[in-house]
Amino acid sequence: MILSTNFLKDYLDIGDIDVHELAEKMTAIGNEYDSCGKFINTGKLIVGEVVSCEMHPDSDHLHVCKVNVGDRILQIVCGAPNVREGLKVIVALDGTMLPGGEIKRSVIRGEESNGMLCSIAELGIDSKFLKEEDKAGIHELPQDAKVGEDAIKYMGWDDGVIDFDLTANRGDLLSILGMAYEVGAIYDKKVKPIDLSHKEEGELKFDVKVKTENCSLFLAKRVNNITIKESTPEIKERLMASGIRPINNVVDISNYVMLETGQPLHFYDADKLNGVLEVRMAENNEKLTTLDGIERTLSNEDIVISDGSKAIGLAGVMGGLDTEITENTKNVIIESAIFNNVKIRRTSNKILRSEASNRFEKGLDPNRTYMAIERACHMLEKYADGTVCKGTAKYDNADKEEKIIFINVTKINDILGTSLNFDEILDVFEKLGFKAETLDGEMINVTVPTRRTDISIEEDLIEEVGRIYGVDNVEGTVMKLPVKKGSYDKTTREIRNKMVSLGLNETLSYALVSEKDSQMFTNKENDYIKILSPLTEERVALRQSLITSLYRIYEYNKSHDIQDISLYEIAKTFYKLGEEDYKEENKLACLMTGNYYLGLHEQKVDFYVIKGVAEEILDYLGYSGRYSFMQEGKIPDEMHPGKSALISVNGTTVGIIGRVSPAICNEEVYVMEINLDKLLEKQVGKMKYKEISKFPTVKKDIAILVDKDISAQELQKAIKNAGGKLLQESKVFDLYTGKGIPEGKKSIAFSIELGDSTKTLTDEIINETMNKITENLNTKFKAELRS
Amino acid sequence: MDEQVSKIKEQALKEIEEAKDVKSLDETRVKFLGKKGELTALLKMMGGLAPEERPKMGSLVNSAKNEIEENIKNKEDILKKEELNQKLESEKIDVTLPATKQKRGSKHPLNRVIEEIEDLFVSMGYDVVSGPELETDEYCFERLNLPKGHPARDMQDSFYISPEYLLRTQTSAVQARAMMANEEKGPIRIIVPGKTYRREDDATHSHQFNQVEGLVIDQKISFADLKGTLEIFMKHMLGENTRLRFRPSYFPFTEPSYEVDVSCFKCGGKGCNLCKQTGWIELLGSGIVHPNVLKINGYDPEVYSGFAFGTGLDRLAMFKYGITDIRLLYANDVRFLNQFDRKD
Repeated sequence: MILSTNFLKDYLDIGDIDVHELAEKMTAIGNEYDSCGKFINTGKLIVGEVVSCEMHPDSDHLHVCKVNVGDRILQIVCGAPNVREGLKVIVALDGTMLPGGEIKRSVIRGEESNGMLCSIAELGIDSKFLKEEDKAGIHELPQDAKVGEDAIKYMGWDDGVIDFDLTANRGDLLSILGMAYEVGAIYDKKVKPIDLSHKEEGELKFDVKVKTENCSLFLAKRVNNITIKESTPEIKERLMASGIRPINNVVDISNYVMLETGQPLHFYDADKLNGVLEVRMAENNEKLTTLDGIERTLSNEDIVISDGSKAIGLAGVMGGLDTEITENTKNVIIESAIFNNVKIRRTSNKILRSEASNRFEKGLDPNRTYMAIERACHMLEKYADGTVCKGTAKYDNADKEEKIIFINVTKINDILGTSLNFDEILDVFEKLGFKAETLDGEMINVTVPTRRTDISIEEDLIEEVGRIYGVDNVEGTVMKLPVKKGSYDKTTREIRNKMVSLGLNETLSYALVSEKDSQMFTNKENDYIKILSPLTEERVALRQSLITSLYRIYEYNKSHDIQDISLYEIAKTFYKLGEEDYKEENKLACLMTGNYYLGLHEQKVDFYVIKGVAEEILDYLGYSGRYSFMQEGKIPDEMHPGKSALISVNGTTVGIIGRVSPAICNEEVYVMEINLDKLLEKQVGKMKYKEISKFPTVKKDIAILVDKDISAQELQKAIKNAGGKLLQESKVFDLYTGKGIPEGKKSIAFSIELGDSTKTLTDEIINETMNKITENLNTKFKAELRS
Repeated sequence: MDEQVSKIKEQALKEIEEAKDVKSLDETRVKFLGKKGELTALLKMMGGLAPEERPKMGSLVNSAKNEIEENIKNKEDILKKEELNQKLESEKIDVTLPATKQKRGSKHPLNRVIEEIEDLFVSMGYDVVSGPELETDEYCFERLNLPKGHPARDMQDSFYISPEYLLRTQTSAVQARAMMANEEKGPIRIIVPGKTYRREDDATHSHQFNQVEGLVIDQKISFADLKGTLEIFMKHMLGENTRLRFRPSYFPFTEPSYEVDVSCFKCGGKGCNLCKQTGWIELLGSGIVHPNVLKINGYDPEVYSGFAFGTGLDRLAMFKYGITDIRLLYANDVRFLNQFDRKD
């Protein structure tokens, strides 16, 4: 809503207030603005009179004019076709700033020119408001303009305008009257009454029928014998300053009254109707050609106005082409009505958002519906020489009662954290123009005017008190609440810290991916979730694996020539389990490629590097000794089957780890993903001190020959089983195939540590245990001891 | 004999003094005190003396021996120290050569900001809670006083996946969850950081972004409490000189509602490009929990009141670290990520 302060001054005596100050004060009470300034931003312009006008001796279109500017007569060269002797004009003197630049004294083809005669296009008025003649020639001022005076002031173009960005609940401020009450509350001024006076004569002979519950109020009046002409400069300025293009006096009046009252009106050419207006829902696929000449196809969700046989207007959104006001219109039917705001919003979203639909959507005050139609009659009589017919055709099912809300002073102060007294609170309501009374000095009953459709409960009134009393006048306090300890998800924080300490960069990626990417790096066991109305093909489905996102980030960085990449992310993945049945899972993923610093060495990332990261995080979280890496399970297609594994904790698969398949990526890229929900379900015991043995341990090395496919993990399990309680640790320290080793076999060496916390082991026990171990390896895996 | 002792002693002390290193010192020791040493030889000769002269002579030789031993020990200390110094000198390295690198990871700036906020509010007794990102229409809107068809739903065009489910448009959805989860309908003090999604994507909006939501419900919670809390919050995040401006506004889930501007941290409020010459930057939405929201979620508005606030974390992170383009937050360029590798 753009507020014209000239317009505002019709209803409020605020004198010459500074428009910036007003904008800031409105902001402080909750009405934010986007911009503010003058309707026209130029240096001072003067009313001049062309006292003589002769052709330029050296040009076929320029004129050399003598212009009286009050204190002197200046020679000015002018190229406009409409310049002539006796014309009152707008003069920009030497040194005046105009939107196009500074006006300077000059010599044009040998003739001195001491300024410029202006067209309104040159003053910076938006071209959408201008007619052809405004662009072609200089502006012709009315003859009563006084020579030497300020031309901008004379035209009212020094109007201060503020473009407000209003909140959705304040539909009442989409009107000059609403603004007047609001500004009046700031400056403690009363709003002046609106002039609705007009004579009525002749029969109405017109009927309205409402056939839908989506219209609560419908009024129609008839005005005969109107004259179509141009609006007064004053009306035109106010419309333009408010962002509306002037058309002719009748159309302008409908817009003007809408701006004043907030009630959109529609004018019909009465001679194109059949004596009735009917409101009903459109039929599916019903056609209507709107004012803009476009044929619209309607549905039974759209409210239409019909002439009894066919739709002639889309209620609240746009009129029909057939019944519009034209230059030949003589008699007018005025429609002032209230339609269901949700329906209007849906229709206007579909077809066109307009000044009218914007107001209908926010909800209207039925008392204003009555006021607006009377005001339009007043204006049509005054500015279009019309004769208003007696009476009003109406359908009225609207609630016009003022709401009474009871509120007590204590509650106001409790909510605001203030200590306002009774009089201070009554003063706020007084300023807002609400009736407020009390019987006991504690409970106040407030009568809320119907214009304030946003106020319905106590809390709404508390907000009013807060904003008019002044938000800045409330001191911030520290709450007096019981001391308590806050809590947060420490585990996620710890995982993040651990990953960072391992040298990985944390990423933040989008959950929405392309359909193709949504199930990458998964076994596609659940359907993916699609967005009903996506923005782009790239963001249409919810990801099931974070690896996909990390892989795309790898590609991005690779394309920027970055070689060493180590990333991790903690985020959610999403699955469709059935109809209206969805699941989210928290996951941790990481991706590594290129070189990685491992302790003191820079090392090329391979499976064992990323495995190290996985083990480190699992050990850190307390799962030491409970996890294993298994190659037996199903590995996602996007991963290298020989270099990937499932991560299992106590028999539950919690993640995958391995190399991205060479079919997708030539580079050696390793990835890992752990389902944190599944992992963290597994309870971890408390960290506890374990007695350090006073007795020494013994280390024995063995090397064995086994089939190539037998995993180290299986062999270690066999060692542990045989070693029993005495086995402290077994480590792989050598792996060898090649010369001296039979085909299909491998040599693998373990360092085995034995110990007993209660005694020193004898050689006998040590030998016996080592024999058990080699025997078990032999029985289970046909392992041969190498000497 | 006397003469001989003092002569040997003097000779020994001279040689000790002249010893160049531990080895030659040791030779001197052997020469005088060894089994075949000169002083030892004197002791052996004692047998030839008259018995009455023996004690006198004995003490003379012993004192000479002690003196020589002491001198050797002192000289030895000096020589060892010199040798150590020489060794250390020879081992001198160039400390300006490159260090052995340790790989340093980094936390995403957004999560850094979240952690900072969590720590602050946890210290004030708040619990950090989370909720689903795939939310129901009921929790995202209806339980927050936004029935179907409410015009404010337009402000946040959403990614629906079915008529009832959508990607949450606001962390406020967790407000309703926290209230419903509180079976005794007792006090609540929570913040909710998390991902949110809206159907818009341009230079200043990302379709996925992050918010933090705060909710306090207790008896007699007032706007003044909200104001005091947000002052602590914003000063903590943006500096002690930060000023706040509360503007009455409209949100369906709070009444009264306030938008909160902070004084521009670039120009301090004088006006610059960042604050579009206004001196203020709009950063939070807040208000007193709407009685309908309390009622819908099982709280009695006659007993309890509360405040709620929410802010966009992406902008906060951008302001904090001087990041100029929101897309950088989601591009995950390693050269960008690497910069967040130290304490604030």
